[in-house]
Amino acid sequence: MANSADQNQELNEKLSTIAVDTYRWMVLARTFEDRISNIYRAGKIVGGVYVGKGQEAFSASLASQLMKGQDIYSPLIRDMAGRAAFGEPLIDAARTYLGSAQGPSVGRDGNVHRGNSREGMPTMISHLGAMISVVCGMLFARRLRKKLNNVVGAACIGDGATSTGAFHEALNMAAVEKLPLIISIANNQFAYSTPTDKQFACNELVDRAAGYGVNGININGTDLIECIKGFEKAISLARAGDGPQIVVGNLLRLSGHGEHDDAPYVSNEMRSSDLGQDCLLKAKNKIIGESWCTENECNEIQEQATAEVNAAIDQAESEKGPNPYSHDWNAYSSPSFRK
Amino acid sequence: MSISYLEAIREAQSLALENDENVFIYGQDVGAFGGAFKATKNLFQKHPDRVIDSPISEDAMVGLAVGAAIEGMRPIIEMQFADFSSVGFNQIVNQAATLFWRTAVPCPITIRLPSGGTPGSGPFHSQCMETIYAHYPGTIVMTPATVEDAYSMLLEAIAIDDPVIFCEHKYLYYHLKSDSLPKQTLPAKSARIVRSGRHATVVTYSAMLHEALRAADNMKNDGYEIEIVDLRCIKPIDMSTVLGSIARTGRVLAIGEAFPWGGVTSEIISSISSEGFNLLDAPPVRLNSIDTPIPYHPDLWRYHRPTASSIEEELRKLIRE
Repeated sequence: MANSADQNQELNEKLSTIAVDTYRWMVLARTFEDRISNIYRAGKIVGGVYVGKGQEAFSASLASQLMKGQDIYSPLIRDMAGRAAFGEPLIDAARTYLGSAQGPSVGRDGNVHRGNSREGMPTMISHLGAMISVVCGMLFARRLRKKLNNVVGAACIGDGATSTGAFHEALNMAAVEKLPLIISIANNQFAYSTPTDKQFACNELVDRAAGYGVNGININGTDLIECIKGFEKAISLARAGDGPQIVVGNLLRLSGHGEHDDAPYVSNEMRSSDLGQDCLLKAKNKIIGESWCTENECNEIQEQATAEVNAAIDQAESEKGPNPYSHDWNAYSSPSFRK
Repeated sequence: MSISYLEAIREAQSLALENDENVFIYGQDVGAFGGAFKATKNLFQKHPDRVIDSPISEDAMVGLAVGAAIEGMRPIIEMQFADFSSVGFNQIVNQAATLFWRTAVPCPITIRLPSGGTPGSGPFHSQCMETIYAHYPGTIVMTPATVEDAYSMLLEAIAIDDPVIFCEHKYLYYHLKSDSLPKQTLPAKSARIVRSGRHATVVTYSAMLHEALRAADNMKNDGYEIEIVDLRCIKPIDMSTVLGSIARTGRVLAIGEAFPWGGVTSEIISSISSEGFNLLDAPPVRLNSIDTPIPYHPDLWRYHRPTASSIEEELRKLIRE
């Protein structure tokens, strides 16, 4: 009995550590994106702004449990929280949104199109379903080199991308090859304005898993603890050699598709439903309620996030954009084909 | 020793697999079966870990190649037919072709497209797709016309740090033969003057080179000397060799097997018109397939594509101008 009690206490401590850590990334993401939205409304950002409000718990719970420097993480456009948890420097995000020439894409692409594939985070193209097979390829290469070891790769998409041919092809391929792939599907009820009943006809997206011969986990994406436990299970199964895992988080996007969109297509009824609960508030109440964190500590997390965001934005705002006249206008990498 | 165009492709892949552990082949039926055309015959037996059957998923095949390239591998993707690469179009032009530009990470992948018409193959097993992929920045598109080039250019394609669309012509697979594989080779980006002449220049590539050579042979009896430029690589195009030839002949016919609208031949004519207009003694001319889908029946198919006789007819008109 004593052993069992000890184990429970150990599990609880582990969960509390992950929960507070994950909450930290959620706060950082929300703070950054609120600030970026304000800058966008002031007309200082060219191009779109896509935020993950309402999706932070689901996003960060996956990435905070991946092994940085080892695993692969291909984020969705609403994965600011996951990116931060996976180790993306905040300055990369600020520079990409603000068009700094010092950003990872040197002004060649903007907003959410940033990454560092050498660090395991490939840079997305806008056709998000197409990123799943790229993650498959990264895992496949490591297996060919006998360096797969304990690695898992996560590809994050939304409900809309599950309707693409690329999703089907890549998931089927991953299943055939039994790759340690986790497909995280944030079912936020709308692909831009299109509701799920025009996107798929199965009862639950997770029902698709059986058809591909892979494991599926369906969770409440607004609940931090459920997200942590769901992804922990998926990651451990994938690491153990059980092949691809699908994790579906049911939640509601608490913003427009982009900041240009006020989302009139979301009904008040849906907004006030369980799906519309703010995962960040819920997480805060949970970690305080469980005494994993005090109110003061939560305030400190917020203050620290605000300071980090301000520093990153100030830095990026002070930097110049790219110079078209001295820009390297070469699409080729090979020296013999460069102009 | 005699080696076919197809065997040269197989030998190049065999050598690449032998020399570089980062090379692997992924495609439908490429493994133990050796590929639909046997371009990978016996390669699986030698390298069972690196010659791998894929599901029928062209999109995912190219996506996988991009992911593997990010990790430093040099994948070769075999499309069973060039026509089916349309299913992988998005991954080729948006993912692979933009990767280096967006991220500074090279994308050393080779996508082999068994291309072009053969009698009885019909609309979906006969297409020439080079124009489509050449349109996008970041791709290199090779169109070898000889056994030697099939070998050396494929080796170069695999070694290049950019995505290469390798258009190998099915019509040449079995019947085009050479005595040996080349020791020294011309870089893939350089065009080659295959035949010298003074009355007109033919600019062409891939299987059409051989139709043009037959036309030039026929016209030789009448005293016409036709110069023939084999582009070899259609993206980028070696325009200096093309313009150098036109400077000698003053007349040009550009020939391609692909559909006529907005293709390699129109690019050639456009470049000549703007860069070498003063070299021309007659309006530049081009010849492509008829602007319809590719027909099944052998009699229709032969009429649909340029042939030695239709090329000869165009050349005689051009020289009379």
